[in-house]
Amino acid sequence: MDNSIKMYADEVNFFYGKTHALKDINLNIYKNHVTAIIGPSGCGKSTFIRLLNRMNELVPNTSLLGGIYMDGMDIFGPSVDAVEIRRQVGMVFQKPNPFPKSIFDNISYGLKVNGIKDRLFIEEKVEWSLKKAALWPEVKDRLHDSALRLSGGQQQRLCIARSLAVESEVILFDEPCASLDPISTAKIEELITELKKEYTIVIVTHNMQQAARVSDYTAFFLMGELIEFGKTQDIFTKPNDPKTEAYITGRFG
Amino acid sequence: MERHLDQELEDLKKQLLKMGTLVEGAIFESVESLKELNIEMAGKVIKEDRAIDEMENAIDERCLDLLALRQPMAIDLRFITMSMKISTDLERIADLAVDIAQRVNDLAGKPLLKPLIDIPKLTNLAQQMTKDALDAFVNKDAELAGSVILHDNQADKLRNLVQKELIEEYMGKDPSSAARAVPLLLIARHLERICDHATNIAEDVIYMVNAEVVKHHPEKLQ
Repeated sequence: MDNSIKMYADEVNFFYGKTHALKDINLNIYKNHVTAIIGPSGCGKSTFIRLLNRMNELVPNTSLLGGIYMDGMDIFGPSVDAVEIRRQVGMVFQKPNPFPKSIFDNISYGLKVNGIKDRLFIEEKVEWSLKKAALWPEVKDRLHDSALRLSGGQQQRLCIARSLAVESEVILFDEPCASLDPISTAKIEELITELKKEYTIVIVTHNMQQAARVSDYTAFFLMGELIEFGKTQDIFTKPNDPKTEAYITGRFG
Repeated sequence: MERHLDQELEDLKKQLLKMGTLVEGAIFESVESLKELNIEMAGKVIKEDRAIDEMENAIDERCLDLLALRQPMAIDLRFITMSMKISTDLERIADLAVDIAQRVNDLAGKPLLKPLIDIPKLTNLAQQMTKDALDAFVNKDAELAGSVILHDNQADKLRNLVQKELIEEYMGKDPSSAARAVPLLLIARHLERICDHATNIAEDVIYMVNAEVVKHHPEKLQ
């Protein structure tokens, strides 16, 4: 497997007003691997993941020091287009958020926004994305039904397909299974393991067991600090820091 | 739904099988070395034991990772925990093959005290029970595992026969025969212990397949 670095955080400090939400974060995101970010509520994990596609800019009165780099380029650089970054770094949220449109249109929308008009190309891309997201067999006969009629797990896979269609290279998952039942959760986890062959994945999760199951690397955040980062099998069997040990064994948090 | 875990479990099974093959080889070579008092072959068994020790560690580590990272349930959980126990028994069997090889070294250079009659029978039994226990594991065959357990009595009887004969017919009559008799007595004991470990494996296989504890409850097999 490719062990190169797809993204990295360099001395990142982030503030909401005067609140110091992230402190001196240095973290590598490895290409074609799953990186999980775990930690108790308020530890900064969601704040961190939102920096990776510049979504923090949508929150007023915040400031960032340090840099986030993708393929060696500062994604906050002056000549970089935030919209383009958000295409390359897609995001799947806790609550599935399909557009109130048909299944087909949910996926074609991003393509059209990106200026693609070729109908045949769009149809092929919709099918390809739905197949990649392991949703095609369930929806192929009702592509023009409303996406809102899909189950929560199906809606979540549709949101993943939407990101794949615009050829994201990195996919961020922010608590993607928090509102799903165990079977839908298992499907998303299997899908994440499948997708990492071609994509780079970062997942924020409250569910430590999920982090253990799906990720290759785990970062443990606590009160805005990165306490420990390492291979998931090491973090969950022999963590170095007593704080990590206390958290993953359920002794606090 | 296809699970990525299935591939990991398959890899674990293959690793255990590889260890099983090495252990069967160690038993075979140790008993072959006895037939001809071949110290070269005995030396090989002793030397190659290290590789088996390392495999035990690797399997244990893999099982621990699977427990921590995959949170297995039901048959998956039983498969992984029993794999850890089976690797321990396999490693102990290999150690017993080493013990046999060391007894061969003790016996080498002197004529055999007597033609071997019951020890070859015990040897065949130990090899067959180990092989069947591993086959039962691979094929999730609780019935075959049950038959392994029922053979264990036979091993005890054969060991007792060897012991009785060596003590009463040889050492009791001629104490100077002890140097050649004791290693044979120990070999019978090592072979019988191999059968015990094969029995442990078979008990674990039954637990893995049927979730039924037969260990210390032989009546459940009747």
